Amino acid sequence: MAQITEREGAPAAWPGRSVSRRAMLRAGGAVTLAATAPAALLLNAPPAAADTAVRGLVLPPATTGIERFRVHVPEQALRDLKARLARTRWPDRGTTDGWEQGVPLARARAVAGYWAEGYDWRRFERRINALNQYRTLVDGLGVHFLHVRSPHPGALPVILTHGWPGSFIEFLGTIGPLTDPTRHGGSAADAFHLVIPSLPGFGFSDRPTVTGWGVDRIAAAWDALMTRLGYSRYVAQGGDWGSGVTHALAKLAPPALAGIHTNFPTFLFDPPVSAVPTPPETAALAQINAFLTHGAGYLKEMTTRPQTIGYELADSPSGLAAWIYEKFATWTDSDDAPEFGIDAALDDITLYWLTNTATSSARIYWEDPVTVRPSLSLPVGVSVFPKEIIRAPRIWAERCYSNLIHFNDQIPHGGHFAAWEVPGLFVNEVRDTFRPLR
Amino acid sequence: MTAPFTRRSMLLAAGPATLAVPAGAAHAAAATPAGVLPAPLPGEIVPFQVHVPQDAIDDLHDRLATTRLPDPETAAGWVQGSPLPNVRALIEYWRDRYEWRRLERRLNSLPQFRTTIDGLAFYFIHVRSPHPNALPIILTHGWPGSVLEFLDVIGPLTDPVAYGGDASDAFDVVIPALPGFSFSDKPTEPGWRLPRIATAWNTLMTRLGYSRYVAQGGDWGAGVTTWMAEQQPAGLAAIHLNLPVLFAPPPLDGPPTPAEQKALAQLTAFNTDGAAYALLQGTRPQTIGYGLADSPTGQAAWIYEKLGEWSDSDLNPDQLFGRDRILDDISLYWFTDTAASSARLYAESFTTDFRTLKVDVPVGVSIFPREVYQAPKIWAERTYSHLFYWNDDIPRGGHFAAFEQPGLFVTELRNCFRTLR
Repeated sequence: MAQITEREGAPAAWPGRSVSRRAMLRAGGAVTLAATAPAALLLNAPPAAADTAVRGLVLPPATTGIERFRVHVPEQALRDLKARLARTRWPDRGTTDGWEQGVPLARARAVAGYWAEGYDWRRFERRINALNQYRTLVDGLGVHFLHVRSPHPGALPVILTHGWPGSFIEFLGTIGPLTDPTRHGGSAADAFHLVIPSLPGFGFSDRPTVTGWGVDRIAAAWDALMTRLGYSRYVAQGGDWGSGVTHALAKLAPPALAGIHTNFPTFLFDPPVSAVPTPPETAALAQINAFLTHGAGYLKEMTTRPQTIGYELADSPSGLAAWIYEKFATWTDSDDAPEFGIDAALDDITLYWLTNTATSSARIYWEDPVTVRPSLSLPVGVSVFPKEIIRAPRIWAERCYSNLIHFNDQIPHGGHFAAWEVPGLFVNEVRDTFRPLR
Repeated sequence: MTAPFTRRSMLLAAGPATLAVPAGAAHAAAATPAGVLPAPLPGEIVPFQVHVPQDAIDDLHDRLATTRLPDPETAAGWVQGSPLPNVRALIEYWRDRYEWRRLERRLNSLPQFRTTIDGLAFYFIHVRSPHPNALPIILTHGWPGSVLEFLDVIGPLTDPVAYGGDASDAFDVVIPALPGFSFSDKPTEPGWRLPRIATAWNTLMTRLGYSRYVAQGGDWGAGVTTWMAEQQPAGLAAIHLNLPVLFAPPPLDGPPTPAEQKALAQLTAFNTDGAAYALLQGTRPQTIGYGLADSPTGQAAWIYEKLGEWSDSDLNPDQLFGRDRILDDISLYWFTDTAASSARLYAESFTTDFRTLKVDVPVGVSIFPREVYQAPKIWAERTYSHLFYWNDDIPRGGHFAAFEQPGLFVTELRNCFRTLR
């Protein structure tokens, strides 16, 4: 932080958003306090000239206890990031200024420029350290999670699972309304206790060193986590890979699981299509086809060669930023400028960078290349946001979920990152889905 | 570190136009790809020499020294991509032992040129045979190869007598770099698809004074060469392919033969497990390009994977090619910052033009034993009306035939084109 404020001239401003120098200085003051708190994260020794084995942050070992976790990234890691951004070598502009071939050069440079000059990681650290974060050892793997209990005694426990290239950050804006509805215009009867874990290989969870951490194993770990937290009846929610895990949990059907909600049903990759497709089915099939032919390059690469793509993403923050930002820009209801804003986007990108988890997170695709069509009898709620990559037709949901307790495809805004983009609308969906299960 | 390279300083550095590569971020903005190399005037053929500024080499070493690697793969071997131990050893060699100037000296000992065709300046190597009746041939490389694939065949093809061959097998050799590759210009507008490149190649051969010539290629080179045959320019006497572009296969005539079954299985395996790089480069060349432009280790791993998977090396490309030759190719991509621009060829043509075409020009085919996809002869016969040479009984070699087995590759070209002289 000090580096930024000591720079000559104003920090780079993100287009359309004024970055107040004064606000940054204020923020800088608070960093000092945070820096005196016990550090929960350490960085390996700085990269000596001959050392190519620098891996990034080292997480404290998890135990089967529930250990409080705080984040303090050493200044050196942030300096290294800035140094790398400053020396970015760019490709040429290409043959188009649009998004047809990926993130346009001007936007990639703007993102990296703001990351280097305007973005404040310490602000994000303070925000997440104000929440209850923990790590605990489940099935041999240290799992990071947020655990926020509602002040209301009858609250329903829910485990929210993020996807790729998201993280627990997707849900930060929903924590208040879900746990404390009365302070957010809701009713105490809609209160939830929240558990928001980081997937294996993501964020501050451990990175698996062996194969086998597919959605089934993760789902079993999630149930073990909920049991360890003392929840004997809970529900689960997810989109993207969070949906894969949530469906696996539903298939596992632990007695404590009362129902699930998804904003990206897994049947979209193996849909139960009518002999004569209805208009919504035809539209969804066209979206599936467009995704597979034009949008699935990242998915195929991470499914088949997560290691190879990992080298550039581990070594180049500009490369990692473009890799992730492309999805924010193109999968949100936003005309290429995610509503959650550049700072939130960079919170997530910086999380991937500092933890060096581009490769370990990509491996979830390698672990589970095929999505099996679900057939669930427990209560399921589905919310279809308008700019989701593939909009699920109701008839497919009815065929896969015999107890479809909620289906809503009339939501005014939102895309693939629903909780992050439109937390208020997302909260409504979660409340409406689970109200009958209380 | 130093002032940006100006055109004047480049011209002073050597007589002919030389390459000045921007070293790192400080110069990246100033040195737009089109501005780095002077474009020859229309019709002009300008001698070209390679000289990468020391700054760029120092910058590469700095980046390699501060490389941040990912975790090791969770499954041993190549099933998740380029293995960490291999990549680590490769980049350590790149940093500590590899000598780019050695390749520069070798390239600069060859006649190299640039010429502008259809608005784009192309780099090419042009070596005439000492023998007067040599057959002109244009050899086209692919991805992630380059003109370097052919370096070791230039001598035997142009001067067979010096390599135990016969003067009657001599070729004049033209080896151009594809648009967006190495020292050819990077297109700044869409449209440089295979048919346009094929037309440019004929213009090049005509400009060099060749009124009768043959063409050869594998990988993208096979795509360009097949389109040349499709266009049937007057000078093109025949083509040779080491990857016949027979995808999709022609309709089967009855149940598939064992050879057809094998080829179909290879196509399926490629599409399910091996084509992600192509889908990614075909749909998001710009996005994938950022990390590759910025991280030499990322660039190395991206190319190394294919040199390992597609060669006849039992996943030991270091031994087959030698680390120096592997790093020659990788360094060429790195110093010219052409990861994104070369990937764009997939966006231009992979799903549109790189496909089976009926060909009436004489076609010769060599199938190397570890080629990714080995089309059966019957498919070639149904597609090429004049299949005048076919050999699928070659002892060694994979997708990078010329680069892997230059001697066997030369033998194929000699045997193929002997009947046409």
